[in-house]
Amino acid sequence: MTTKKFMMVNRKAPYGTVYALESLEVVLIAAAFEQDVSLAFLDDGVYQLKKGHQTKGIEMKGFEKTYGALEDYDVTKLYVDQESMAARGLTADDLCVPVEVMSRAELGKMMEEQDVVLSF
Amino acid sequence: MAIEVNGKSYEVDEEGYLINLGEWNEDVGSFLAQQEGVAMTEQHWEVINFLRDYYNEFQIAPAVRVLTKAIGKKLGPEKGNSQYLYELFPYGPAKQACKIAGLPKPTGCV
Amino acid sequence: MLNIINKSPLDRGSLDTCLQSADAGAILLIEDGVYAATKGSAGEAKLKAAGGKFKIYALGPDLEARGIADRVMDGVTLVDYGGFVDLVAEHKTSQSWL
Repeated sequence: MTTKKFMMVNRKAPYGTVYALESLEVVLIAAAFEQDVSLAFLDDGVYQLKKGHQTKGIEMKGFEKTYGALEDYDVTKLYVDQESMAARGLTADDLCVPVEVMSRAELGKMMEEQDVVLSF
Repeated sequence: MAIEVNGKSYEVDEEGYLINLGEWNEDVGSFLAQQEGVAMTEQHWEVINFLRDYYNEFQIAPAVRVLTKAIGKKLGPEKGNSQYLYELFPYGPAKQACKIAGLPKPTGCV
Repeated sequence: MLNIINKSPLDRGSLDTCLQSADAGAILLIEDGVYAATKGSAGEAKLKAAGGKFKIYALGPDLEARGIADRVMDGVTLVDYGGFVDLVAEHKTSQSWL
């Protein structure tokens, strides 16, 4: 199978819309087909990784735990925009999985290196 | 659609997957296995319990490649290979075992 | 008037427009709108700048779902679904700023 470099660019908060969950599903599918997958989190997308989701009250399936399975899928390239975290009062310590924090310019360079970029 | 086990009715989808995974118990698992034509042994249950634990921890049913790797890590390399798992669940370890375990179809399973 | 905001303040302009145009009354933050009430965020600054003009409420289950219930800014009253209904009943009119 040909391996391509996929990047999912996540810019939406979780639960309010379905984008975050859809992105995660696409990540798992691409990884199941042994593609080279990375994830970028910008704008409200950084909220997806905020730890401590308790979704019982809104009666939706929580998917914070699923980010923990990404390592099993060999998905270890998670990039987070520093500026987006700062605007939201977040630091890397607030996130549920280890990530690489970088600037928007650096993220832009990462996007240039991809074969496929999917924006959510 | 629904199945009946020990006089209690359980809702399943059109492919036979249990709708409410919280309702699962070993009798339901045995019934689903019987429907799949799988004669359950201790080795089968080991995989089923592994899948249920995995789901509880990560909220997903793993893809086959991930399942074999994770089983190898936990139960030893002689079990962490697709040949062993396909012998137990001929129609696909992820698909068939997930159904018996009362989990949804694995993500990435077309 | 009860103003209901369900969009993140950094993604859409609904909170800005509401704060600028709405007369005194209450603002209820729900769904992604609850991010406005988190400490250290740009939304907090906007709500603070609006001063005491509005009574601010936020829906607890939505804060919990997003893992931010422990970092709500001062001056925000948390409500549950029952409280949501009470707020709607108490106010003569409600507006959802979609």
